[in-house]
Amino acid sequence: MTSFVVRRAAQSVVLFFIVISGVFCLVHLTPGGPEAALAQNPRVGVDELQQLRQRFGLNDALPVQYVKWVTNAAHLDFGQSYFYQRPATQVVGERLMPTLQLGLMAYVIALLGVPLGAVAALHRGRMADTLVQLIVTVGAAVPTWWLGLSSIVALNSLTGWFPNGQGQGNAVEWLKYIILPASVLGLGGLVSFARLVRSGVLDTLGEDFVRTARAKGLGPSLVASRHVLTNALLPVITLLGGLLPSVLSGTLVTEYVFAWPGVGRLFYEAATSRDYPLLLAVLTMTTFATILGTLMADVGYGLVDPRVRYA
Amino acid sequence: MQLRRSAWDRFRRDRASVAALGMLLLVATLSATAPLLAAGVLHSDPDRFVRTDAGRIATLRAPSPGNLLGTDDLGRDVLARLLYAGRVSLLVGFGVALMSVAIGAPLGLLAAYFGGWFDDLVNALVQVVLNVPLLFVLIVLSVLLAPGALQLALIFGLFLWPSTARQVRGAALSVSRRDYVDAARVLGASHVRVLRQHIAPNVASVVLVMAGIDMATAILAESSLSFLGFGVPVPLASWGNMLSLSQDQFRAAPWLVYPPGVMIFVTVLCVFVVTDGLRDALDPRMAFTR
Repeated sequence: MTSFVVRRAAQSVVLFFIVISGVFCLVHLTPGGPEAALAQNPRVGVDELQQLRQRFGLNDALPVQYVKWVTNAAHLDFGQSYFYQRPATQVVGERLMPTLQLGLMAYVIALLGVPLGAVAALHRGRMADTLVQLIVTVGAAVPTWWLGLSSIVALNSLTGWFPNGQGQGNAVEWLKYIILPASVLGLGGLVSFARLVRSGVLDTLGEDFVRTARAKGLGPSLVASRHVLTNALLPVITLLGGLLPSVLSGTLVTEYVFAWPGVGRLFYEAATSRDYPLLLAVLTMTTFATILGTLMADVGYGLVDPRVRYA
Repeated sequence: MQLRRSAWDRFRRDRASVAALGMLLLVATLSATAPLLAAGVLHSDPDRFVRTDAGRIATLRAPSPGNLLGTDDLGRDVLARLLYAGRVSLLVGFGVALMSVAIGAPLGLLAAYFGGWFDDLVNALVQVVLNVPLLFVLIVLSVLLAPGALQLALIFGLFLWPSTARQVRGAALSVSRRDYVDAARVLGASHVRVLRQHIAPNVASVVLVMAGIDMATAILAESSLSFLGFGVPVPLASWGNMLSLSQDQFRAAPWLVYPPGVMIFVTVLCVFVVTDGLRDALDPRMAFTR
């Protein structure tokens, strides 16, 4: 198991490097290039453009730029943000907290899918099951951004309250503002958890040891809690990591809709203003998180299921 | 042939799937005939500004007999835009499904059949692409390339094929280890013949299902991208960008919010239901249970 984790982690490092290099090339090789934003600005003359190119190192050959960027990035230095005129790392750091709060809260919402899936499977074919299936189907087909918008609009016309931004002050205020965006962001995860747990519980219900437990006279609730759920809930761990990429990309849309001052919104702003150092900084961070999520999912899978043997 | 006909028979018996397929065809027809419908039936145009009797541009009008779904912040007819927007979403959806299958299916098939270094190569590629933070990179690409609807479909397809390749590889792997495949090889069948006659038919249902999932994913992703303002270029309407106006407008005009979302929801839901129906109908094991 240890050797598997080590090897898998090493693979992830290589993978991270490849993806990041690809992203860097993508940004720098495409027509327009990093300086397009500067060139578009009418206040920036040809001389100034040259100076700026010099200052941001855009005159170097691409491999040189790449090596410089990687070396600096290894020290968490992503250069100066064009727009903020401050280190990109610093700007991203300031936006990290709100996104972490939103993301964690979304995970809490998503985990509600676990009991939903379990209840659905244990009451297969009945009202509860149908209801959960309905939530799962609807949740998978509805666009996140639209759910956010329509819930804001519905809430506004019902209560006159227009939730926007991050709540300041006490915990109640904080919760009041975070609950809607977190629910919208967490819905996708809730659907995945409910699906996974439902099919997991149904599979386990058909296992021999469950029949044995029943045969020796245990009551249905005892069988469900001690034999079925303990086994069926293990795969939930793998999804905790597997969900990370989709939660991350979800923050892009959710933070935009709810004017949440996090990294997703920062990326949106950086993209509209073509702030390349900032874009690359956020991209590096999200790539890292994406790969970390996959790694966690794989390792978690090995941890919970002893039947899985890694060659 | 026999199997295929019975699959259609099984699909036909599933009422939900048939209804969903009908609904999809309806949406497709409405989108395809959008220019005719808008000009002939609605007497409106997705890009023309609606004017009041006094000659002023009628912005943010509530639904009325003249404009069944009202007008948007620039005074354009929402229903006409809704019809035209369907063309973009469906084009992107179908395009991506095609791309993803065209790249993913052969790669997955060959990787499973030949194994060895080719399998490793495909797996490595799949790993790399799957670990790209998709929406973030799509935004960067969209900023840099300013793609139209078709280019957007191409770009999406380049990122969505790995899941298809993975599933096809898995399905093909379990088939290519069967005895009858070895028997065919021993009897002197060429690789091409084995792949085409013995393996591909068993993978076809997986390919169809993945095409459906890719289509749904693409429609949802395009709508998110367009909503953020990085999708198809304005003034081209898409179900996503119809709502990318300032949020404050929605306080005054809440009716603008619902139509595009409902269209995406219905379309994606129908794709899912049809896909599910296909999966069941094409599953050879189901031939005996029903």
